[in-house]
Amino acid sequence: MRLHPPSALKPLAAVMLIAAALPGAAQDASALRQTALAATCANCHGTQGRAVEGAAVPGLAGMPARYMVEQLKAFKSGARPATVMHQLAKGFNDAQIEQIAGYFAAQRK
Amino acid sequence: MMQRRTLLQAAGSLGLWSLAGCAIDSMGTAGARAPAKARVLVVGGGYGGATAAKYVRLFSDQKIDVTLVEPDAAFVSCPISNLVLGGSKSLADITTPYTALARKHGVRVVRDTVASIDPAKKVAVLASGPTIAYDKLILSPGIDLMWDTITGLRAAQAEGRILQAWKAGPETLALRRQLEAMPDGGVYAITIPVAPYRCPPGPYERACQVASYFKATKPRSKVLILDANPDVTSKGPLFKKVWAEQYPGMVEYRGQHNAFAVDARTNTVRFEIQDDIKADVLNVLPAMRAGAIAVQTGLANANARWCNVHFLSFESTAAKDIHVLGDSVQSAPAMPKSGHMANNHGKAAAAAIVAELSGWEINPAPMLTNTCYSFTDARNVIHVASVHEYVAAERTFKAVAGSGGVSPGPTEQEGQYAWNWARTIWADTLL
Repeated sequence: MRLHPPSALKPLAAVMLIAAALPGAAQDASALRQTALAATCANCHGTQGRAVEGAAVPGLAGMPARYMVEQLKAFKSGARPATVMHQLAKGFNDAQIEQIAGYFAAQRK
Repeated sequence: MMQRRTLLQAAGSLGLWSLAGCAIDSMGTAGARAPAKARVLVVGGGYGGATAAKYVRLFSDQKIDVTLVEPDAAFVSCPISNLVLGGSKSLADITTPYTALARKHGVRVVRDTVASIDPAKKVAVLASGPTIAYDKLILSPGIDLMWDTITGLRAAQAEGRILQAWKAGPETLALRRQLEAMPDGGVYAITIPVAPYRCPPGPYERACQVASYFKATKPRSKVLILDANPDVTSKGPLFKKVWAEQYPGMVEYRGQHNAFAVDARTNTVRFEIQDDIKADVLNVLPAMRAGAIAVQTGLANANARWCNVHFLSFESTAAKDIHVLGDSVQSAPAMPKSGHMANNHGKAAAAAIVAELSGWEINPAPMLTNTCYSFTDARNVIHVASVHEYVAAERTFKAVAGSGGVSPGPTEQEGQYAWNWARTIWADTLL
């Protein structure tokens, strides 16, 4: 009946690669923080990065992390022109951008 | 009959929860409850509450039980509802049912209202009678319109003469019908209360939408914006340019017009300082405050209108384990009362609640975004966007320096993004 795999598992797996040395509870807490940070993108790009049908903006689920980091930094610097993304990207620091990209790269398209 | 059915539906949808007995059950086991059995009750299924309900389920990997109490069968969006007035969208276009929250996310949706909340016992009593106990209550009741701040408005609204249509739904259509019935050469006037109110750019977008309709069908008509504020409160230079260039001679803006009375018989609005104004269609927006259930529960501790919260978790400063979201919140600096912001409140509160119920530290650095699109006609759009970070030293959210901004001017490309925003945020909130 469930349409998607349990939501916390994939981001958790992604964070475990980064933070494998942290104790169990902290890993869960940091996975939650990463998931919640990435959820600030979902208003326009879809829950867990899955765009609505016929979307005018790209879905982010499964986007390679390196590509997404590059694009967000290009929005931030102005190298990539945009209507709104340049204004939003400037609200996030490099560490947050890495976290967001890591989360979406780990999501099923 | 309806109440009895609602009660039965509520009992059915609550499954194993004993409705009458759960208050005692909760009190008896409080503190000993394992996080996996935690119960979150969400009151109000708007952008804040519905999002929080869905995201508590997502963030907890479906481990936390979530019940949503909402009186309506479907959600009608306030954002985009101005396009129903303009004629380019229908009410069906802006309506999304609540069914997916139950089917896809396992939220127990109870069609009812909450009559009272006991913060000490941690129970809510439904209008139909049953009691629901909670470990965490998320209160997202939206706004109440303060009818009695404008003499005569309550009766004029009840008679259907002078409408607000600020809560989208049947009144949106009723106002559209008044506009359709107005002869060419008539005057539509909208009054705006002193900020803060729900959706800062909304009244100005509405003026554009009504003007767009008039321009196409009743070009000799006028749109009067009568604003209690000294100047346009959002996207000011952009709106003024649109009015001057797209609707010259049709839209007129007047600041410092604080309405205090209406006369429905003559369709006249009276102002504190300025002269009375008579219009063919009067659209009066009174001052607003947190939804009645928040006020009644003693949570509206900011000027008796809005609810102060600890912004790290959105927990009320007046009651433990009650988290208040959306327009009801006493806003942080530069934080608009918008649907997008309420959706972000819902996610931040959901993350904090899941952390707390799991015994984890709450994220010390949550982030919020806001993007607010305004349609200047059926296709062209302008936006304002912002990113907000929690500033621990000041215990509030502040706009990130250097982030955010507005459009250079209306474009059709932004029109496509705006409609995409609407479809996506409806899905993110409800599907």
